[in-house]
Amino acid sequence: MASIGDFITQEEAGIEPPMPLAGARKRRRRFSMWRFIVLLVAGAYFLIPIFAGLKFSLQNIAGRFSFQAIENLPSAPGFSSAFWLSMRLAIATLVVSVLLMVPTTIYVHLRLPRMRRLMEFITILPIVIPPIVIIAGILPAAPLWAKASPYLLSFLYVILSMPFIYRSLDAGLSAIDLKTLVEASRSLGASWLRTLTQVILPNLRPALLSAMVLTLALVLGEFTMASLDLWSTIPVWIVQFNTATDGHVQTAASMMGLVGTWVFLTVIVSIDRSESRKSRRRTGAL
Amino acid sequence: MTNVNEVATALPVVEARPPSGSRVELDGLVRVYGTVRALDGFSLTIEPGELVALLGPSGCGKTTVLRQIAGFEQLDSGRVIVNGQDLSNVSAQKRDMGMVFQSYSLFPNMNAINNVAFGLRMRHQRSSQRLEKAAEVLEMVGLSDQAKKYPHQMSGGQQQRVALARALAIEPQVLLLDEPLSALDAKVRAELRDQIRMLQQRLSITTIFVTHDQEEALSMADRVCVMSKGRIEQMATPAMLYRHPTTAFVAQFVGVSSRVPTIYRDGTVDVFGQSCMVRGDERPNDGAEVDVLLRPEDLAIEPDPQGAGFVTHKSFLGATTRLVVQVRETSVRIDVRSDQGEDLELGQHVNVKVISRDVLVAARLESSASSSPR
Repeated sequence: MASIGDFITQEEAGIEPPMPLAGARKRRRRFSMWRFIVLLVAGAYFLIPIFAGLKFSLQNIAGRFSFQAIENLPSAPGFSSAFWLSMRLAIATLVVSVLLMVPTTIYVHLRLPRMRRLMEFITILPIVIPPIVIIAGILPAAPLWAKASPYLLSFLYVILSMPFIYRSLDAGLSAIDLKTLVEASRSLGASWLRTLTQVILPNLRPALLSAMVLTLALVLGEFTMASLDLWSTIPVWIVQFNTATDGHVQTAASMMGLVGTWVFLTVIVSIDRSESRKSRRRTGAL
Repeated sequence: MTNVNEVATALPVVEARPPSGSRVELDGLVRVYGTVRALDGFSLTIEPGELVALLGPSGCGKTTVLRQIAGFEQLDSGRVIVNGQDLSNVSAQKRDMGMVFQSYSLFPNMNAINNVAFGLRMRHQRSSQRLEKAAEVLEMVGLSDQAKKYPHQMSGGQQQRVALARALAIEPQVLLLDEPLSALDAKVRAELRDQIRMLQQRLSITTIFVTHDQEEALSMADRVCVMSKGRIEQMATPAMLYRHPTTAFVAQFVGVSSRVPTIYRDGTVDVFGQSCMVRGDERPNDGAEVDVLLRPEDLAIEPDPQGAGFVTHKSFLGATTRLVVQVRETSVRIDVRSDQGEDLELGQHVNVKVISRDVLVAARLESSASSSPR
């Protein structure tokens, strides 16, 4: 008869598992070496230009280490107005994008699931159609008052950010049982607004944050549309200023933009984590 | 538990109900999806405090009925009346129905107690009041120690009990259960089944329970409504449904039946050389080829070396043993006491006798002439 002792594992019994074959080990080592090489090449591809830019921005004209370019940045002609314009456009774009895309994506998921493919196709168009085509088409058609306002760019940036924001939200909504959550909430007496704010959005927060960060990075880096609409945003200022100086200051501006996006991302993620912790603590204390 | 009138302050459409539960009338419900009539003039009345199970195969329309009552879908025609009030055009938000879904449906961003308190918050109850009530209901489902846990930290059974507590906390007019046990393992399912029934009886809440599991329906419900193609096939108590199915569909769907081909003559049929009365109002023409539907307990066996049948399979079910006996070209299932079953060998010859007073007949199936039992 079988006893309990018959069912102990080999490891528990102190028996070593059989050694893998030498050929398999060699193949595994070769595979991990290739993985390391690919990682190294990809890392170098991304990091070398950033490192070079950072190094250049931390040098003076004589090629020595210096914070001079960064110190000169705020007082550089046109920088602060370009910076605040970019910030205003980023905020306006984020607000319009979220207000437009969140309800739309939720509606498509809930009521028109068959339209998801069409939505994917529509939202991918801004990637396929070059920004220069969009702005060249919009500018002659836009009324004068719209052309006179920098916020026309925000509406164009909403179009450009659609592929990123839709995909993030789509992935987030697919990860939750949206229909059941909505029906549960409604049957418990919640209005649509309360269902959105208290049930859907809290569960969509990571997707929403990633959509917002992608949108922000896009707005802060967009050059073509702003340049053709004759608004001096940060990227336009960098190009314009470049022609008049040695290049250290505008490289510092690019680096600051990059660092700024990372800081923004970190801040958003930290706020999100801290909110989640607080909310858990609050509910835990109940 | 808190009085209904205190809880339902934010639901102006629905008046306070009598304490014994609500009366539900479904009047000629029709729902069409494209060319498919999911509900085809479905009418049903459920008495206050009653638990009615909607039982049927996939696609028969049972979940559609529940969704119409909950207000998740628009009716093409018909009326949903609760306590005399027509709710057909009232939104789900204002119907005051508690619903438990097949997938656990707890809000992932809230812990158990906040999930339970959600409905009370929507009814603008004060924080202290609703948390007290939520804790009380959680205790009722035996989960007071899990109050601070999030859905992902709980097992499936625990999540479903929280979902039940959440639906009960609002003291709904009607409790709607949409296959709430189907995602759970057998042991948890049996426990939760008993708990739901106990709570339903204790609170005397009108409950509609959708399931495709006949064991669940028969063991829990006061009455079972068997559905097919958007219509009611039969509505009866579990015992009546099992013992006296009025249609062949019900006889086949509820419980186990064997089909034995025979000829109908003058209100009787011949089954294994025995003349049996035919049950029900529908009578075929004399000489018609029919199938007799026999439950395993409608038959008995006697070991006989000269018998026309022989045992082909044996399944031990605990107190009883189910035998499959081949009689000429037909095989039938027969339940015998396990001590009797132990003495029978595979291949042993037996005589089969019908021991029920009357039998149900159905139109002959082509395959039943040489069929194996269902």
